[in-house]
Amino acid sequence: MLKFALAGNPNCGKTTLFNSLTGSTAHVGNWPGVTVDKKEGVYKKGVEPINIVDLPGIYSLSPYTPEEVVARNFILDEKPDCVINIVDTTNLERNLYLTTQILEIDVPMIIALNMIDALEKAGDKIDEKQLERKLGIPVVKISALKEEGVEELMERAYETANISRKGFTVLEDSALMHLIGDVKIALSGQGVENPLFHAVKLVENDEMEVEAHKNTISMIDEFKKTFSDDIFGTDFEAMVADARYKYISKNYSPAMSKQEKGVKMTKSDKADRILTNKWAGIPIFLAVLFAIFHLTFSEDFLWFGAIFKLPTIEDLGLAENFGTALLACVYDGAVFSPGVILFNLMDLLTSTVFGWIGLGIEALGASEVVLGLVNDGILAGLGGVLSFVPQIVFLLLLLSILEDTGYMARVAFILDRIFRKFGVSGRAFIPMIMGFGCSIPAMINTRTLADERERTLTIRAIPFFTCGAKLPILAAVAGAIVMAFGIGNADVITYSMYVVGLAVAVITIILMRTTTQRGEIAPFIMELPAYHAPSFKGLMIHLWDKVKHYVKKVFTIILASTIIIWFISNFGWNWQMCEINESILASIGQFIQPIFTPMGFGSQLANFGWVFAVAAITGLIAKENVIATFLTLATVLISSGAVTSGMIDPEIFAELQEIIASGEFGETGHEVVAMIAATGVEWQALIAFIVFNMSTIPCFAAVATAKGELGKGKIKWTLLFWILTSFVAGSVTYVVLKWLWTIPIVLAVAVAVGFAIYYYNKSHPLKTK
Amino acid sequence: MNKTLDNFQIGESGTVKTVIAEGRIKRRLFDMGLTPGAEVYLRKKAPLGDPIEVTVRGYELTLRNAEAACINMEVKDA
Repeated sequence: MLKFALAGNPNCGKTTLFNSLTGSTAHVGNWPGVTVDKKEGVYKKGVEPINIVDLPGIYSLSPYTPEEVVARNFILDEKPDCVINIVDTTNLERNLYLTTQILEIDVPMIIALNMIDALEKAGDKIDEKQLERKLGIPVVKISALKEEGVEELMERAYETANISRKGFTVLEDSALMHLIGDVKIALSGQGVENPLFHAVKLVENDEMEVEAHKNTISMIDEFKKTFSDDIFGTDFEAMVADARYKYISKNYSPAMSKQEKGVKMTKSDKADRILTNKWAGIPIFLAVLFAIFHLTFSEDFLWFGAIFKLPTIEDLGLAENFGTALLACVYDGAVFSPGVILFNLMDLLTSTVFGWIGLGIEALGASEVVLGLVNDGILAGLGGVLSFVPQIVFLLLLLSILEDTGYMARVAFILDRIFRKFGVSGRAFIPMIMGFGCSIPAMINTRTLADERERTLTIRAIPFFTCGAKLPILAAVAGAIVMAFGIGNADVITYSMYVVGLAVAVITIILMRTTTQRGEIAPFIMELPAYHAPSFKGLMIHLWDKVKHYVKKVFTIILASTIIIWFISNFGWNWQMCEINESILASIGQFIQPIFTPMGFGSQLANFGWVFAVAAITGLIAKENVIATFLTLATVLISSGAVTSGMIDPEIFAELQEIIASGEFGETGHEVVAMIAATGVEWQALIAFIVFNMSTIPCFAAVATAKGELGKGKIKWTLLFWILTSFVAGSVTYVVLKWLWTIPIVLAVAVAVGFAIYYYNKSHPLKTK
Repeated sequence: MNKTLDNFQIGESGTVKTVIAEGRIKRRLFDMGLTPGAEVYLRKKAPLGDPIEVTVRGYELTLRNAEAACINMEVKDA
């Protein structure tokens, strides 16, 4: 099958063209060794089917970014039958810079002048025939978005693919042309393919080429001794780049006729003036951020409930039927935000459908084990994850709108200054802050980060931004501390835990930046695309790209893990079903209990101390499970007489029995009080327990997402990182709260570690490129 | 008058004279069109003064002051 490659700058409409060419045949993977998307698909509307490979968006064929190396090696080694170079006509000069480099490779090539509609709308014109004559390759005008000219493009590409083409350079007028010619002849003599391309790169002192052609480099060094340019000296890399741009400005201007615009501001300029304004820029950004959160997660949309004191469904005294359940998805004492409504509807749908499935297999006479496996193992796991999908998609949709309009690039522009201090660029802020909602879309959104190290750092830190599902842990444990020990204020404890999470994030980012993820901060030299209204089609393409991975993971890793946890919490070592306190999970809990000793909920607890270990493990399915597990355990402990009314304040005990009877765990913390009574755990240890759960391995869904988004082999180190961080953070919390005099010791250790890293790094300087 | 790009005021424009940088930063600046002779117009600075936004070769580019300091410019008289 013929193989065509799409090459072009970022934001040139490459993805749109790729999707309209390949339709549903496209699939996304990673290029070997790097986490750069590799998209492939088949074009079927031509004479014969053609394999289309979408190369990553690049500005140049330099050796410095993984995207560029991938694109370069693909064109050189895989020898596509034709390279379709997509050029954003509204930004011709910089786009043609890449074109002049691909031209030097001996590969059939065609130029697609994209966004021609936007150009003509602005009143400008381009003479493609003139470009065609100058460059000696076919040039076709298209609009990828409106699917205009695409068939003509493919027809001409098909014709071009049959004619071999020799590389051509635009550096003819350069003082370096002699040298390039000589090196080319030398390389040809050695049997090197694409001699012209390699000769130019060698003259540029490109590090990949210097490595590959060590014996030829002396030719260039000799030449350098006899050569000096007035402006550039012997900086050949600068001369080549300069010559390319000179050629482009000289030859492209006659092909392009621009309308005189004078100083008239475009709409984009006007919008930008406000959005990145010196005073208003940051407040506007914060408002946008708040609006996104409010639309996605708020349970009191626009504060209707609070303002109008709306009645709850219970107050209204409605009958319990499907209509009421449907109403409860949208309204209950307050109007829910669109994101919450989506979540509730999906939750209602899955629980209803899964309920039928459960009844169905029961009617078929399934055994208790099968029923348990299907209902509590498979369906509960699937339901828990699936009901989040619409809400996540909604959040990703809002983010994609910001991205496609061009605002996200400005956010990075506004915030870079602050974030650089911690070793990440302004781009990393959005994914991190999204972590407060849910880690999964946050991790998916790290794809907007260009630097591999920065992505790794950000993905690892995202779980420390306490997500919505961890709030019940905070609220319940904080509530229990207030009830059982009579100290503090539940809200203050909850909020300070959020702050602890942020502190853990900042400290670990700085630590990683100075140790395992050491390296120069990626340069921040970035295009700010013009603002434009997002197209529905473009949005859907981006959204689907992001959601696809996640949905696939739901049915593999997440489902498998859920079933395993269900099994070990419902079966004893005799492979019979049993209560949770006799289960395999309970004995695993007892076994690992000692390692929690530094956090105050390990070996020092006499009876039932393993409950905390067990809750932490079930929390891996979904963090809400931590408290749900406490409720299950409280039920077992009370029915077995391990916890009696004499051990707890009688009023709380009565309320707890009511909660157990209803089976609904809340955020009040009664079940945690039962745990306190049973184990005799101290409040300091409970705080450490919260810190541990906040900073340890996130839920399976987030782990699965991280695995997909991180580079190969990085997930095991990331899991280790989360475990270590949570142990250190939990232990420090317990020790410091329990023995306040240890604060100076902890600080001294921290300072010592800081100095050790500082001096180690000083004596082992980074190799700078 | 000559000065580096990070010392430009908003609204000032000029021509790139030389780029003094290493490896990937230099290459990136060139690739994005900041080659000697290119005309650059400083559009704005971020709310905290860094990074900056310039117009070069008909599009908007943002870079940090540290990177702009590598670019020697000849200021165009207003």
